[in-house]
Amino acid sequence: MADKVLMKGNEAIAEAAIIAGCRHYFGYPITPQTEVAAYMAKKMPKIGGTFLQAESEIAAINMVYGVSSAGKRVMTSSSSPGISLKSEGLSYLAGADLPAFVVNVQRGGPGLGGIQPSQSDYFQATRGGGHGDYHMIVYAPASVQEMASLTVKAFETADKYRMTSMILADGTMGQMMEPVDLESLKVNPAPEKPWATTGTEMKREHNIINSLYLKPEQLEKVNFERYERYKTVEANEVMFEEYLMDDAEICVAAFGIAARVSKNAINAARAKGIKVGMIRPITLWPFPKDVFKKYAQQAHTFISVELSMGQMIEDVKLATECKAEYLLCNRVGGMIPLPEQVLEDIEKAAKGGAR
Amino acid sequence: MSVMDYKRITIVCGHYGSGKTNLALNMAYEQKAAGLNVSIADLDIVNPYFRTKDSIDELNRRGINLICSDYAGTNLDIPALPDEMYAVTDRKDENFVLDIGGDDRGALALGRLAPQIIAENDYSMIAVVNMYRPLTRDCLSTVEVLREIEYAGGINFTAIINNSNLGTDTTASDVKKSVDYAREISAMMKLPIIATSADARLKGELDGEIDDLFYIELQNSLVNKEC
Repeated sequence: MADKVLMKGNEAIAEAAIIAGCRHYFGYPITPQTEVAAYMAKKMPKIGGTFLQAESEIAAINMVYGVSSAGKRVMTSSSSPGISLKSEGLSYLAGADLPAFVVNVQRGGPGLGGIQPSQSDYFQATRGGGHGDYHMIVYAPASVQEMASLTVKAFETADKYRMTSMILADGTMGQMMEPVDLESLKVNPAPEKPWATTGTEMKREHNIINSLYLKPEQLEKVNFERYERYKTVEANEVMFEEYLMDDAEICVAAFGIAARVSKNAINAARAKGIKVGMIRPITLWPFPKDVFKKYAQQAHTFISVELSMGQMIEDVKLATECKAEYLLCNRVGGMIPLPEQVLEDIEKAAKGGAR
Repeated sequence: MSVMDYKRITIVCGHYGSGKTNLALNMAYEQKAAGLNVSIADLDIVNPYFRTKDSIDELNRRGINLICSDYAGTNLDIPALPDEMYAVTDRKDENFVLDIGGDDRGALALGRLAPQIIAENDYSMIAVVNMYRPLTRDCLSTVEVLREIEYAGGINFTAIINNSNLGTDTTASDVKKSVDYAREISAMMKLPIIATSADARLKGELDGEIDDLFYIELQNSLVNKEC
């Protein structure tokens, strides 16, 4: 077995990014994601990379735009309020079809909120966040190992589809420590980027990176083309985990730390003879619609366990065409549901309490 | 019989995530159990999470006084020090364990107390090392971080504790594999290894295998529970 290291989720993201070939990091510190920046500050100078603490989040995301334009793997990371500040830049990255990797280690909101874990940026991440029609590929890790493996994956899909890929983690994932096997991470080399502004050497036309279109017909055309590309992403990149769903009459939907808490509750409910399972979306966009739709034929109740006021539950209802009963099991403001709370809702559903 | 020879002040320093808080708590527990009047001072200005304050109920139960910023464990994320920190050098009839923040940034908090601590000369300055942390996997990198800590804190280390672990997944073999690492650091820094610390659940497998074992109870936190 390969040697393991004991890492915080934030450190695992930083190390995995370096393994994925990222040599350019721009950020601005914010709890609970600060270890990403701190790790990069220590590591990048030693490997010939760039770590730059920008003067603001807005500066950092525009530096990402610049490096991505030059064809290099690049990233930034922040926590909820910082991602709001970066949202203009995220929209510009989408408008210019630039690949980038962005990390959001969420904290309680809205506003300055708190520094404890949250999942209440689900809408912001899955619907775009910034202005205009666009999507990001959004990954939701549920272990420190996945913080590493999904970081590598995110760099690859960003390059492949010329999109921003985001890790949407909660503060728990960023702060918790677990053993990680870094040697198992397999990285595909970055593809050729003939569109990048790498210098013409007088051998080709200039490459122009821009999100401004002078003619509305032209802007409409690139929007339609972009959404054709999104269809390919929806067809190819969906990731989820099924847990004890084979005979499940109740389906828990949960991601990140909520999925880990839910697993304990599901095991306790199974011990009591309740047929309950879980679908854990690993990509939040594209959302694993098909698997939810499939189990809507079998399960009578869906319980969405979230650290938010109920955001993913809307996608669960859409995917299942509102054909089942639904319960929201949640804590907010930096609080995490206990397995007992989830178990209580599972038992309520088993008794037909959601109806 | 403890492997520790406690001085009046035990300063627990080390790299980020080396396990300082768990060690500091257990050193306070042991001194209290031996009948000593001991306080624990949380002087972490780096990390707003995983603080000694998380163990406040256990400390109260054992009758150990906690000196800690009012803001630890709250949503106010500022590098605050408790006003009671001066008790460490003022109350000379009492023992103290100081839980210092990680790396050189954390050791800065020691600077204000360092001259008095050195003048009194009844302290040990412990370097906590963990070879399974990503930035201290080899001896040279570890020594580099420890030197930065000494420079920032204004006190030189007097001893090393090998706390190499992989969290709750640590096996006896993981601990044994770290012995050479600690010995090399000891040779490089010309400092004794006063203990190898390990989760108390490994007692059966480690007893007699390594010298000077110090078994620790891990601090309870939500993340440590099986989920």
